[in-house]
Amino acid sequence: MRLSFHRVLLWAALLLFAAWFLTPLYVMVVTSLKDMQQVREGNLLSLPSNPTLTSWAKAWSSACTGIDCGGLKPFFMNSLLMVLPAVAVSTAIGSLNGYVLAKWRFPGSEGLFAMLLFGVFMPMQVVLLPMSQVLGWLGIASSIWGLILVHVIAGIPSTTLFFRNYYVGLPDELVKAAMLDGAGFWRIFTRIVLPLSTPIMVVTLIWQFTNIWNDFLYGVVFSGADSKPITVGLNNLANTSSSVKEYNVDMAAAMIAALPTLFVYVVAGKYFVRGLTAGAVKG
Amino acid sequence: MTAVSIRDIRKVYGKNTVILDDIDLEVASGEFVILVGSSGCGKSTLLNMIAGLDTPTAGSIHIGGRDVTNVASKDRDIAMVFQSYALYPNMSVAGNIAFALEMRKVPKAERDAAVLRVARMLQIEHLLERKPGALSGGQRQRVAMGRALARDPKLFLFDEPLSNLDAKLRVEMRAEIKLLHQRTHTTTVYVTHDQVEAMTLGDRIAVMRAGRIEQLDTPQAIYERPATKFVAEFIGSPSMNLFACERSGIGLHTGGVELPLSDAQRSALGSSTSLLYGLRPESVALADHGVPGKVIMVEPTGPETYALIDTALGHLLARAPGRLVQRSGDAVHLAWRAEDAHLFDAKSERRVA
Repeated sequence: MRLSFHRVLLWAALLLFAAWFLTPLYVMVVTSLKDMQQVREGNLLSLPSNPTLTSWAKAWSSACTGIDCGGLKPFFMNSLLMVLPAVAVSTAIGSLNGYVLAKWRFPGSEGLFAMLLFGVFMPMQVVLLPMSQVLGWLGIASSIWGLILVHVIAGIPSTTLFFRNYYVGLPDELVKAAMLDGAGFWRIFTRIVLPLSTPIMVVTLIWQFTNIWNDFLYGVVFSGADSKPITVGLNNLANTSSSVKEYNVDMAAAMIAALPTLFVYVVAGKYFVRGLTAGAVKG
Repeated sequence: MTAVSIRDIRKVYGKNTVILDDIDLEVASGEFVILVGSSGCGKSTLLNMIAGLDTPTAGSIHIGGRDVTNVASKDRDIAMVFQSYALYPNMSVAGNIAFALEMRKVPKAERDAAVLRVARMLQIEHLLERKPGALSGGQRQRVAMGRALARDPKLFLFDEPLSNLDAKLRVEMRAEIKLLHQRTHTTTVYVTHDQVEAMTLGDRIAVMRAGRIEQLDTPQAIYERPATKFVAEFIGSPSMNLFACERSGIGLHTGGVELPLSDAQRSALGSSTSLLYGLRPESVALADHGVPGKVIMVEPTGPETYALIDTALGHLLARAPGRLVQRSGDAVHLAWRAEDAHLFDAKSERRVA
């Protein structure tokens, strides 16, 4: 009896929290499906009486951001072009760094790692001015390439941290055995260490994808007219005021901007759990 | 012919943490040499240096007549079995065994043949497709040995390979390692902290302590003539009985008891005034006359029985074949032959006679 009472309490609390966090999403979804007439009635929580996808279509391809009226599509593409290479490169460099810092210690490697850690906690704003200077020198200011570079550099400390801490847990003897077997630095990495990295690889990919996709500050500072990422596009779309505030379009646009990260969590989250259990085999 | 030669090896961490202190060791071709000692004695560090996984502060290492002190592990033609086995979890058993050959660009057909040959030898043919995670401890141990065997190396290194196994399996695998060595005659250096492994496997044993080799000799010589108090106590189970004793004239006494000495021992005493008198438990016999004592505890093991006896010398463990009629509390007498006693100087702890 006592046990089931606790169960009920637990469920009630969990449901309450779930409702608390899901309500905004609910409001976003239903508002995006309403037409303007129903939006104006002001019943935030009511279901759409005539569900329609026109706001989604408008947000995607014809909503105005400033004077351009091409919707979020070009921004979405910019973000995609930026996020894929940035995530791939920062994850690759992070795993290589982590491998070196965990398994090929050299004099000063711990100090280097401490400095990298500092990079994890450094506020992004600090690098804005020096970074724009560097991008200018490199001739890639206001371009997607510049954004990719910024995100790769900004991501390296945390990806390195993730991989390094994971690789510290791999037995050193695996590396020693491979050395005796005749494998060198790269072969040990590609044949032994990387195949054992699935769980941390997925964690890092999720982390980097979310961070880079959702980044606004670097996106707004370092992008040019043709290279603005979706977060900036969304901001401009919501701030472009005509006579009426089209809340349904704004909500649809926000949903579009958030969908890729949701998608990554749903898809990769499954692999994450799978990877954790599969990788738990100790040598 | 000398297979491995270790010359004046020193290892110092930081300013003055001495891990290895002037180690000299020659291993003959085909020989099975054991490095034994308690943890922290430097035996694993020494093994890692032979493997090329650690570098000495001073001194040189030669394998097959070649100075390999600064040669990378993979170019030393050695194979090593680790305590944790260090099997590659992402590869099948066959992949694990073939990995070293693959790294050395051996053609696929030859690799497969080598895997099969080794698997037959170790009776793991039915496991070849499995991943290490799906194997038991003993099977992993076999695969680790198979991985070392596949390449037919000049030198085998074992780093406490049996200490992760349960007692029964340990005895089995010990026998297998011995049989394997008898068959392949590959030069082997084997690190362990288990004196039974050392005694049963080794052609020669190096007993190490605090970065030095205390004694290097055949198992029999080490057992019968331990060079120091440490070796005497370390080798042999149950360990040797040792009593502090004093010179009195030409003899030795402790607790008011005159200790029996042979003429040779008497003349070897020299100038030592305080000594340690050691007796292996099997040298002590329960007798009708001799040093009187009282049985405190009887431990039957089956084939033999240990009896702890309180005497004027102190507590003394005797080892008797079969069963004992005496019970704890019984009064007994202890006798031994003087020449079975081991004498050590109390200060230097070195063997006197």
